[in-house]
Amino acid sequence: MTWSDTVFLLPEIILTLGASALLFVPLIGERGAGRSAKWWTLVILGITAASVIVSSNAVVGMTQTATFAAMFALDSFAIFFKLLFLFAIAMVVLMSEDFLRESRYSPWEYYSLLAFALCGMMFMVSGVHLISIYVGLELMSLSSYILAGYYKNEQKSTEAAMKYFILGAVSSAILLYGISLIYGVCGSLNLADIDRAMSTMITNDALMVGIMLLGAGLCFKIAAVPFHVWTPDVYEGAPTPITAFLSTASKAAAFSIFARIFYSGLHHFQLDWSSVLATVSALSMIVGNLAAITQNNLKRMLAYSSIAHAGYALLGIISLNAMGIRGVLLYTLVYVLANLGIWAVILMLRRHEYAGEQVDDFDGLYRRAPFWAFAMVVFLLSLGGIPPTAGFIGKYFLFAAAVQSGFGWLAIIAVLMSAVSMFYYLRIVVAMYLKEGAAAEVSASGSLRFVAAVCLAATLFLGVLPRPLIDQVTYSSRRLLVRALQADGGR
Amino acid sequence: MLNNLWLIPIAPFVGFLINGFFGKRAGKTFVTAVAWLGSFAAAALGTLAAFEYAGQYHHGERHLNVIYNWFSSGNIGADIAFQLDPLSIVMLMVVTWVGFLIHVYSAGYMAHEEGYWRYFAYLNLFLAAMLILILGSSYLFMFVGWEGVGLCSYLLIGFYYDRDFAAAAGKKAFIVNRIGDFGFLIAMFLMFAYLGSVDFAQVSQRAMGSGIDGGLITAICLFLFLGAAGKSAQIPLYVWLPDAMAGPTPVSALIHAATMVTAGVYMVARTNVLYRLSPTAMAVVATVGALTALFAATIGVRQNDIKKVLAYSTVSQLGFMFIGVGVGAFSAGVFHLVTHAFFKACLFLGAGSVIHAMSGEQDIRKMGGLWKKIPITAWTFLIATIAIAGFPPFAGFFSKDEILASAFSTPYFPGLGKLIYVLGTIAALFTAFYMFRLFYLTFFGKFRGTHEQEHHLHESPATMTIPLIVLAALSAIGGLIGIPHVFGHNWLAEWLHPIIPPLPGVHDLHIPANVEWAVMIVSTLVAAIGLFAAMRLYRDRGVAADEAFERRSPGLARTLENKYYVDEIYGRTVVTPLEVGSRFLWKVVDSVIDGIAAMLGFFVRGFGDLLRFFQTGNVRNYALMFFIGVVVFMWVLR
Repeated sequence: MTWSDTVFLLPEIILTLGASALLFVPLIGERGAGRSAKWWTLVILGITAASVIVSSNAVVGMTQTATFAAMFALDSFAIFFKLLFLFAIAMVVLMSEDFLRESRYSPWEYYSLLAFALCGMMFMVSGVHLISIYVGLELMSLSSYILAGYYKNEQKSTEAAMKYFILGAVSSAILLYGISLIYGVCGSLNLADIDRAMSTMITNDALMVGIMLLGAGLCFKIAAVPFHVWTPDVYEGAPTPITAFLSTASKAAAFSIFARIFYSGLHHFQLDWSSVLATVSALSMIVGNLAAITQNNLKRMLAYSSIAHAGYALLGIISLNAMGIRGVLLYTLVYVLANLGIWAVILMLRRHEYAGEQVDDFDGLYRRAPFWAFAMVVFLLSLGGIPPTAGFIGKYFLFAAAVQSGFGWLAIIAVLMSAVSMFYYLRIVVAMYLKEGAAAEVSASGSLRFVAAVCLAATLFLGVLPRPLIDQVTYSSRRLLVRALQADGGR
Repeated sequence: MLNNLWLIPIAPFVGFLINGFFGKRAGKTFVTAVAWLGSFAAAALGTLAAFEYAGQYHHGERHLNVIYNWFSSGNIGADIAFQLDPLSIVMLMVVTWVGFLIHVYSAGYMAHEEGYWRYFAYLNLFLAAMLILILGSSYLFMFVGWEGVGLCSYLLIGFYYDRDFAAAAGKKAFIVNRIGDFGFLIAMFLMFAYLGSVDFAQVSQRAMGSGIDGGLITAICLFLFLGAAGKSAQIPLYVWLPDAMAGPTPVSALIHAATMVTAGVYMVARTNVLYRLSPTAMAVVATVGALTALFAATIGVRQNDIKKVLAYSTVSQLGFMFIGVGVGAFSAGVFHLVTHAFFKACLFLGAGSVIHAMSGEQDIRKMGGLWKKIPITAWTFLIATIAIAGFPPFAGFFSKDEILASAFSTPYFPGLGKLIYVLGTIAALFTAFYMFRLFYLTFFGKFRGTHEQEHHLHESPATMTIPLIVLAALSAIGGLIGIPHVFGHNWLAEWLHPIIPPLPGVHDLHIPANVEWAVMIVSTLVAAIGLFAAMRLYRDRGVAADEAFERRSPGLARTLENKYYVDEIYGRTVVTPLEVGSRFLWKVVDSVIDGIAAMLGFFVRGFGDLLRFFQTGNVRNYALMFFIGVVVFMWVLR
């Protein structure tokens, strides 16, 4: 390792320094000026984003692709996700303003925790070694546990944090056990080494158990059935901006490492794990969508919906082909966009101190805020995968990938369940357009409008002109795919 | 400019966006400025592009400007691409400049209307869509504009949406056009399926290739013509156009006379290779055109609403254009399209000026004697009337004459061609007659309106009269771009020649000089007969002549007045059975489907409730489920 290697880590270094600085500012005496916290955070995020670009350009000329004992890589896949995380966190920061003002908790700590979570996410997506991935994952998770309980005086919030923490710890234990078994069999934790070691193996019980435990731990993070039970409770109890964070950025991060580990580390045993993951995927789609139907609490409904979406995204990992990996990237992006938009609209609706949480808070929204009602429709259609929204493109790639790799039955379930999902998405539309009522008042701050407008524009634009994005994800996923297919060539 | 053709439709589109979003709050001056600028920019950029094209291409090649690959899936695909060739340049010049004149006129005409901004926003949107229609390089992209102009037509017909009649007329136009669009779509599907492309050049190329079934070409042509008949108001789909007069008068001039309704003619001319490969389809086009020309002209004789007369006249003149493209005289059809745009826009705008002067009165029985009161309007109206009636050397004479002469000497179906010529000539006689009837009833005789109307009579403001004068001048001399060969140089035919490539084994149309002379003389005589008949009947006696006719043959008079009862027949034979069928589907079939769907929903909901059972909220139970999950995983993999 030389000093020049730090360029790989430059964005994370900057972000860590920035996050620490946010923590110290109130000690110096900026306590009163909570407002400036938002701007400082955004500036730090902006600098980090710039440094991602700078260091990725610097890395292009280097011979090695990974650094720090081959634990950390800055490849196009990682860059795509890093920028996506930065975007999502920036949006969450913008959405949090009202919540922080009303709850009277320190904004500095809050933003600092978000920044640390982001740092963990950016670190783990660059990880090409199970330990570096794990460390990043834990940094993200620990920050999330605290954020979920940020409503310190609210029982629901504390309870959510508690549940999240305990179950998260359990899942970490399982994950680590899986990692240790894999290490035992393969003799390395580096994904490339694991890949090499596995290419010569026939089958191995200990390895299978290891892979399954690792998979179970990751399934917890993406909230796939049967490891999903925490999701509705945590989503409901956490402060709404944090729910937005958990259901977008945090999930996207989990998808990214899921894809990286299974595409570049474990693909030799695809035949073995794909059937299990296919079952998980099918169960997630079925349980998530059917359970969402009966929910009246919007946060719980979206929690179940996000479980179902984890099932869709798994299609792309199971199929292990070019369509699939592109599908994962595309879908993650469009899912994040639509979800952020929905949370922004929800935050615009306020009933007392809690944001619009019930479906009937949306009654008659069309009359009170026609534009945001329209935006909400677009986001919901995008989640449902209806053209011309971006969601359609994402679902198209995932479903096509499943069909190509022989999982036709799974694609059929996915399509049927998408139809079911339209039922509860349209429930909100019906409430907005056909019902009367004004249970929740609309107070759209500038930041919320900005978030919703950006997400709306992107969702529509990518739905109508998806080509630039498709080209981008094709480029970003190439290396991961080449690895998987090269080694896979024998089959 | 040639590589940025998208700027041309974008200019009015930006105008639409600005006026659409901010027009309501902004003042009228602002709205007018934006709308004028939008349409003027399109005209100026279009002219610039045309000059650049002429400088760069000398043999009428197609200039293709691909903006974006729209989609490609398997072996079908389409680009967002614009093209420039002699035909689209002709259309471009007519659409943008006539469009701009009508924008200018509208500022005066609509000055006192509610929803001024809405009107101009729609008008700009229309222009943008029309430009996509004529500049698009494939049937699919053309269809985008095709639907766009349909939408704007609907919006503008229903501009006075608080009047039931206008709202219904808008709906009628839209629905009738859907029938035509259905044909257009089927034609595109056939192209995709059998020719593998919807690009103009590629479709023509592949249709010429060997191994293409003649029946397929005929089918494509006939389905396309169904689309054209919808948009260009031909039998049997013409019924929407007369009702479309419910919109503001400048809209009738722009959309329902000069530009949009000629889109069908443009499309047939654009598809000339396919049509020439299928004489059957051409015969259908020419016959429908001839029948429409005559049929609508007879109705025009007994209409009393000034705009209705012009509407039937438009249907009739569109019929002439289809005769032209149908008998193989594609440049003659386009020529008539151009001259018709001049004189019909002039007539409609003149009618608008008359209506404006008459405080909203549209019934010509209540007009009369306006010659002295509104001289500019009267003179321009007269020039346009002479042009449409077909007197040399006004614009309409040359184009109509070329069409009739071509019909007489068409090589594709000589016998039928002669018959079409006869029908066309009779239609021309009626045209001269009803136009001069309209002219004399409006401008001569005694004033038959109320006192108040007489008191308010005034010439229109300059924003309205200047477009009238320009259009009248074009109606007078516009025909010189296409004078017959016997007189010299038919500039338009030569300009358009490259878009009609020679086909092996297909004889192209050639008009012998003696036919040319004979047809010209007959046409002039026919126009003179029409003029004199109308003058004798209506100049002095006015409406009394119509009443006398009604007394003599009441049955015929009523049939004509009620437009042969076509609307009623359609109502009985198409609309009512459809409604009965829909009601059956709704009340009987749908309730069965609903029942099944409701049952499904019930089961799904039940399952959802079942899942709730597992959501205890207890961390211990959650952790337990977690471990059960892991165990099941391992058991599966065992």
